[in-house]
Amino acid sequence: MSEALVTLDDVSVRLGGQNIVDHVQLTVSRGDIITVIGPNGAGKTTLIKAILGLQAISGGRIRRTPGLRLGYVPQHIHFQPTLPLTVKRFMALTGAAPAECRAALERTAVHHLYDSSIHHLSGGETQRVLIARALVRQPDLLVLDEPAQGVDVNGQAELYELIRELRDNLHCGVIMISHDLHLVMAATDKVLCLNQHVCCSGYPEQISHDPAFVELFGRHVADSVAIYHHHHNHDHNLHGDVVDNAPTETSHDHASH
Amino acid sequence: MPLIDALLDDFFWRALIGGLGVALVAGPLGCFVVWRRMAYFGDTLAHSALLGVALGTLLQIQLSLGIAVVCIGLALLLVVLSRNRSLATDTLLGILAHSALAIGLVTLSFMPDVRLDLTGYLFGDLLAISRTDVAWIYGGAAVVLALLAWLWRGLLMSTIHEELAKAEGLPVERLRLGLMLMFSLVIAVAMKIVGVLLITALLIIPAATARRLASSPERMVGLAIVGGVIAVGGGLSMSWFLDSPAGPSIVVSAFLLFLLVYGLVREQRHG
Repeated sequence: MSEALVTLDDVSVRLGGQNIVDHVQLTVSRGDIITVIGPNGAGKTTLIKAILGLQAISGGRIRRTPGLRLGYVPQHIHFQPTLPLTVKRFMALTGAAPAECRAALERTAVHHLYDSSIHHLSGGETQRVLIARALVRQPDLLVLDEPAQGVDVNGQAELYELIRELRDNLHCGVIMISHDLHLVMAATDKVLCLNQHVCCSGYPEQISHDPAFVELFGRHVADSVAIYHHHHNHDHNLHGDVVDNAPTETSHDHASH
Repeated sequence: MPLIDALLDDFFWRALIGGLGVALVAGPLGCFVVWRRMAYFGDTLAHSALLGVALGTLLQIQLSLGIAVVCIGLALLLVVLSRNRSLATDTLLGILAHSALAIGLVTLSFMPDVRLDLTGYLFGDLLAISRTDVAWIYGGAAVVLALLAWLWRGLLMSTIHEELAKAEGLPVERLRLGLMLMFSLVIAVAMKIVGVLLITALLIIPAATARRLASSPERMVGLAIVGGVIAVGGGLSMSWFLDSPAGPSIVVSAFLLFLLVYGLVREQRHG
């Protein structure tokens, strides 16, 4: 068992009288790549903001490893055009030495943009600069909110590949939000399917057969995602967090809600 | 220093030295107003300054101190009230700005013994500043510049992206409070120069002018200071030769400089 970085124990967030995040149980360990999926308004961003400490929680508790260093890549960052900023200056604001900044940009393959204005980058370039900026801080846990948004299809696959690579090299944990089910299913270790509460969670092959997943995304999507994997898991009762044949409580029937 | 002493004896040089001191702090803070879209916020604080004058007169303390205290109080009130989401920020700012101005005017009318030159407070009376005023300007400027230098990286980072800054462990709320404190100080000292109604102009016009020429935040701050210095110098000269009111003349020359820069300099590819 690798080191648990963040553990969410029965975490709830209530905003304006509504449960945005409802009794979520989750552990992110070193070496994990966990992807949070779910429909709009499912509380995905709220959940990761709670992990980052940006959102106060109204129930449960969050345990972070002492001295945990977080790297955060926010969702569509908008740079005020009134504030002149180069990639170089943006990186330097982390307090890291120029050599380290360059090395991080090289890792995400955008070092040629070092002297460019931050306002002239494409969507994919911005994401890579943001990831580099998170890397400079040598994070134990990398948190990404829809990293592939505004990136073209080829770029998306590359971006997920990059995230895997970084996980392997830095040996950090990764938790991210994504909308692209196909890519997520191909590139991630664990999937957490959120609709206020955790509908189901587990490995991509398992989750695509989970009744809760099928109900949330529809039979059509579930099938297409399952086909994408080619290696069907023939035990259709198998779902949840564990690889053995026992179904777990992380999955449940939606009819009970 | 006998030279400065001699200069301070002359009302014109005293005005120039005071004006330059204000330009020195209006530059960097004006940049934050432009970056964080706080123009209306600055206006609101400025409108409350008159209440500060009333308070200062009533308690017989330095007027700049009274203004600073009222501005800080209003800034804190804004923080508290903006937690209530049922009113949009611009509505809230509008309510507080004009209420503060009105309360200030009403309070002053209850003090018949005090003869205040209202126009001076609304539009500034730079040519009438005293040695004490100059000392207050430079004292306030020193405090603000020291705070800015100390908090620079955090302020800049939380201006670029507040949540990213917070996730990286910066004390975002305290930084915002610090910025409000600096604003209150600058408004207190700039009030004499351009008055309640024109302070925001002195903050944002040089900063907006500098944006066209700058490729980094620090350079923008430097250029905004230079722009402010030119505006103060130009405005005072205008006032000297055309006998126009000093405060409005400074704003007019800042505006002319803005038009000149935006007319002559094309938008930069970098920066």
